[in-house]
Amino acid sequence: MSGRHPVTTIDLAEVSLRELNQTLHRAQHGSFRVLNPRGAHAVACGIDSDIRVEIDGSVGYYCAGMHQKGSVYVDGNASTGLAENIMSGIVRITGSATMSAGASGGGGLVVIEGNAGARCGISMKGVDIVVGGNVGHMSAFMAQAGNLVVLGDAGAYLGDSLYEANLYVRGAVESLGADAVRKEIRPEHVQTLSNLLEEAGMEADPADFHRYGSARNLYNFHIDDVDAELAGITS
Amino acid sequence: MNRPPDDWRLRESYTFDRNVIAEIHRAANTGVYRIRGWGAKRKMPTLDDLVFLGASMSRYPLEGYRESCGTDLVIGEERAARPLKIDIPVTIAGMSFGSLSAEAKEAMGRGASIMGTSTTSGDGGMLPEEREHSAKLVYQVLPSRYGQNPDDLRSADAIEVVVGQGAKPGGGGMLLGQKVSERVAGMRALPAGIDQRSACRHPDWTGPDDLQIKIHELREIVDWQVPIYVKVGAARPFYDTALAVKAGADAVVVDGMQGGTAATQDVFIEHAGIPTIAAIPEAVRALQDLDVHRKSVKLFASGGIRSGADVAKALALGADAVSIGTAALIAIGDNHPDYDEEYRELGSAAGFWEDLQDGTDPAGIATQDPRLRARLDPVVAGRRLANYLQVLTLETQTLARACGKSHITNLEPEDLAALTVEAAAMAQVPVAGTDWIPGRRKR
Repeated sequence: MSGRHPVTTIDLAEVSLRELNQTLHRAQHGSFRVLNPRGAHAVACGIDSDIRVEIDGSVGYYCAGMHQKGSVYVDGNASTGLAENIMSGIVRITGSATMSAGASGGGGLVVIEGNAGARCGISMKGVDIVVGGNVGHMSAFMAQAGNLVVLGDAGAYLGDSLYEANLYVRGAVESLGADAVRKEIRPEHVQTLSNLLEEAGMEADPADFHRYGSARNLYNFHIDDVDAELAGITS
Repeated sequence: MNRPPDDWRLRESYTFDRNVIAEIHRAANTGVYRIRGWGAKRKMPTLDDLVFLGASMSRYPLEGYRESCGTDLVIGEERAARPLKIDIPVTIAGMSFGSLSAEAKEAMGRGASIMGTSTTSGDGGMLPEEREHSAKLVYQVLPSRYGQNPDDLRSADAIEVVVGQGAKPGGGGMLLGQKVSERVAGMRALPAGIDQRSACRHPDWTGPDDLQIKIHELREIVDWQVPIYVKVGAARPFYDTALAVKAGADAVVVDGMQGGTAATQDVFIEHAGIPTIAAIPEAVRALQDLDVHRKSVKLFASGGIRSGADVAKALALGADAVSIGTAALIAIGDNHPDYDEEYRELGSAAGFWEDLQDGTDPAGIATQDPRLRARLDPVVAGRRLANYLQVLTLETQTLARACGKSHITNLEPEDLAALTVEAAAMAQVPVAGTDWIPGRRKR
């Protein structure tokens, strides 16, 4: 909690969630410490400036939702939709996240030191997500862009119907989803992985990971043309 | 199109007519289901099956042109710091940039703004041109989240959480590769030229209890400034409306099966959902049960709205306003006879063209082709849309005054009668000349 600005402490046992979020929205800089979140939903959502927020305890749904620019640190667990649609900045939790962590994120970095539940990185659009433990089923479903790094195992149907996101898993993958395939790790991928692990403060050897991505077989409809073929044969 | 040949010895099958035979041949040739735009083309009960019981001895009419008949509506006055006020009861429905050209989106904004009503973003994010020219813009939060970002969300005048749409309740969207230009692809964070699928489920909530928390999050992000709508495709409107209200919506948009689309499976367009005439009364019943009808929660009806008569009938059934999509496209030039020759070159004809998914729209509306887009002047198209909206409003007022109403939302089911038994049952108004309402619910 160091920096040029003093830390402002906000106790959710004393002020309302709306007051907290409006205070964070008005702030252009500085550091904030949030006490007694007690699993509240939508804590520190909609941040749009380069502030630092530390939350002492576990949070409910949509913590740091639509986050931009600043950083949010949760000392605890998070429920559904942690950092959903994050655009930039950092969101980090020491515990585990339930469903849809980092969903549809367009940028920034989400770090989950524990496990993430189902649909981690669903519909991601450029966000980088690093998970210290495992991810649940249907993670990276329809993932479009960005990187999902999993130091543990991945649940069933990883990367179902994904587009151009890269998925790096160190452990076992229960099963891959439609159109997801294991891919070669080239030097540029090793570099990306190394950078993300370093940024996330996770110790792991990039050589231990496998990369998964799209086979691109679902990118376009396959349209037959029997009539043209028959015409070609008879002409 | 289905006129039988002049040779009366030929008898066309009702079951296997030429449309059906052509579709079977097409399916056998391609191995892919038919994907098209527009809305349902099948015959179904519509608002045309209702008539107004104008004032006579028992009701007192207002003078047709001079006496006041209000058309304004305020949405979200209970929760939003900046409720949305629209001047007319017709809004422009969400249509994506991608399916429509930037010029068409701009025209929607211009036309709606002239008339003091709102337009709506769509699946693909908010276009700067659209925001610039829309005095009142509703920002959609869709399952795909294409182009979604907090800056655009905060700049909106209302937010609409889209659960489904009338053309395909339960289904996701499509945008075929022909229309996925570099700009469209960039806004959606996807490669150009691929056939894009939009998810049918939201990525971060799975049911009405979650939706309540989601709406709360959206309100927190925008500091409770603007109203929040929930849009559903008409399938089970009673339950969907009740759950949307429970989740905290300021407005519910119920989109009947005539609602259009830029691209989806024909089997969806023609065979999923229920008609608008059937959906409105069920949504109203839910709002009345919760004591919010014509109070804190507003009801928008959409799907097949074409005229002021449709608007007035939707309002009389209990909607507070309507939204138009297909009719707005027609107003700015879609299917115009001027392009008949080019429609024919595409294997269709003016008045029949439905291949909005192909990106070949000669009118420059449903396309990303710069050559075609250049044909649509957004200023002129905006004027056309404004004129059309004006006619819809004048027609609605005319009918409302004839029923003795000083505000169009004073229209009520008692002003209507049905011409068919099906319409009477769906709309829950009597068959004309009787007091019989088939399937009338005991209250």
